[in-house]
Amino acid sequence: MKVKSPILWPLIGLIALVLVNAAFDLNFLKIVVRDGHLYGTPIDILTQGSRTMLVALGMTLVIATGGIDLSVGSVVAIAGALCAAMLQQGNGIALTIAAAIGAGMLAGTANGQLVARFGVQPIVATLILMVAGRGIAQLIVGGQVVFITNPSFEFFANGFVLGLPFAPLLVLAMYLATHFTLRKTALGLFVEAVGDNETASRFAGLAAARIKTIAYIFCGACAGLAGVLAASNIRAGDAYRTGENMELDAIFAVVVGGTALTGGRFTLLGTAIGALLIQTLTTSMYNFGVPPAVAPVAKALLIIAVSLLQSDRVGAWMGRLSRRRAA
Amino acid sequence: MDGAFVEEEGRMNAIRRHAARNLPLVVTGGILVVLFAIASVLYPGFLSWGVVSNLLADNAFLGIAALGMTFVIFTGGIDLSVGAVIGLTSILTATLITGLGWHPVAAWPVALGAGTTIGLAMGSIVQVFRLPPFLITLSGLFFARGLAFIVNTESVGIRHPLYRSLSDIRLSLGPLELPFAAIVLLVVAAAAYAVAHHTRFGRNLLAMGGSESSAVLMGLPVGRTKIGVYALNGFFASLAGIVATLYTGSGNSSMGVGLELDAIAVVVIGGTLLTGGRGHIAGTMLGLLTFGVIQAAILFDGRLSSWWMRIVVGLLLLVFILMQRYLLLRKPRPAAAHP
Repeated sequence: MKVKSPILWPLIGLIALVLVNAAFDLNFLKIVVRDGHLYGTPIDILTQGSRTMLVALGMTLVIATGGIDLSVGSVVAIAGALCAAMLQQGNGIALTIAAAIGAGMLAGTANGQLVARFGVQPIVATLILMVAGRGIAQLIVGGQVVFITNPSFEFFANGFVLGLPFAPLLVLAMYLATHFTLRKTALGLFVEAVGDNETASRFAGLAAARIKTIAYIFCGACAGLAGVLAASNIRAGDAYRTGENMELDAIFAVVVGGTALTGGRFTLLGTAIGALLIQTLTTSMYNFGVPPAVAPVAKALLIIAVSLLQSDRVGAWMGRLSRRRAA
Repeated sequence: MDGAFVEEEGRMNAIRRHAARNLPLVVTGGILVVLFAIASVLYPGFLSWGVVSNLLADNAFLGIAALGMTFVIFTGGIDLSVGAVIGLTSILTATLITGLGWHPVAAWPVALGAGTTIGLAMGSIVQVFRLPPFLITLSGLFFARGLAFIVNTESVGIRHPLYRSLSDIRLSLGPLELPFAAIVLLVVAAAAYAVAHHTRFGRNLLAMGGSESSAVLMGLPVGRTKIGVYALNGFFASLAGIVATLYTGSGNSSMGVGLELDAIAVVVIGGTLLTGGRGHIAGTMLGLLTFGVIQAAILFDGRLSSWWMRIVVGLLLLVFILMQRYLLLRKPRPAAAHP
């Protein structure tokens, strides 16, 4: 018997990708200190990947309850637009961020209610906000790209704390807080129970509907915070492009990270590695001079390969193969 | 088969079931008429044959994509790749004709073949490896869009005598002057209707959507049908891409971005259950017209910005999905109802 950790494969993939990059260009691993701040490709990957990591964190919980949230990209756009619009009207940064996260939680509540109370399939329920969300975001900024002139707002995406980039630190704090909340209380177990067998968990006395709703609200809050980072990164609210394809990257990160789309068991560390894997892939394709147009093809083939490896049928084939070899 | 059921259940019961089954269709028809009436009152000139033929022509490629999507949704599946396949086939057609000097009649089958192959591949993966359709077709979206950008990132114009003569075609139906795109849409809709509601394949699709395990037990060719429906949808999407080149006179790799969402919305507004097993091609056409009327009304108004379209479509989706939930909950079969 071998004990297989779910994060083994994504970790191997990430390391292999980094090694390939380093083999072609050793500068890939180089981190320098400039003006007391860390710079380098690894730091870039962490900073640029922070938004996907954040959205994927929320997505992990939703997928663990057996759901999916397709609306996160639109929610990121709403939060980003809200930041730009509120700062333009001279609101304080704290209030603006609270509003962005609040908007995300509101969206999550709507999704959660549709799924948990009305029993609509998650893909369908979150599709509504995926369609309408971008319209709402454009409504907030009046269909224009609103620039953010407040200089201190840029800190969130590109600032440094003690020489370390702020955005990855923020994401790290979110992951740790989520980890301790879920794993040091029974909440994580509840989430897995609901995702594994909702009926059984309800018979066991769990408030399955409430747990599901909380997962969607948390996912919305993560998307809202990611919207703050996105707006801070481009110093503008762009309802059209912000958070584009974010739902795909987030779902991909979760699946690659080893959390099954069917719900149940989840791994936050796996998700973080999965998100870093995509960002490294994107960055290294830029480094190799692959035209940006080709990038989606590679991503698509990777998603299909990973899902094939995780499917039961391939697992059964592999099992038969190894048994035959053993015999 | 229908006859035996009717005799068993009694006439009244049959009528009641028939009414319940067609309720979403009736509601959509009602909403369409009301919306059209409101728009006609608000905006002078809206109530005209020109607007009607524009409704069909402007939404022709969305309509063809939505008809294909209807088949997939019949089985309880979903295909998120159609917008990207439209982009791929439109740029492929334009590149073959303008760049390589092919005759359109030679270029079209290549484009149709490309779309159908992508659909076939996705359907096979979904069926053989039992993977969720949304994940595989999402990858298909990336793949097709990426391929389209590899072919050409710029828009490519098509100046071929055949394209010019096709765009001059007008079919007069009484006061209605239909351009070529609208004619194609109507022909495709008629073909889709025949396939969905008058062939064994169409019946199998709905049976699978109702309950896949029952369909397997009944001996229906579930695997073949499922792969076939994604291939068929790939064909419809590439046909939509070709119609898009006819409509715009060019091919563009970023054509159809987000169109899959509109297509799904059209199908759902047309009363087809997203869980599969129930729906109608005629509903999709009504859904398409409803979608078109909203779009035309927003254009006519001029004060409303185009993003209102997304919000209104989202609201309509919400209404119809909740209505579907309500209809499902009322169904006497307890197994289908969520507690």
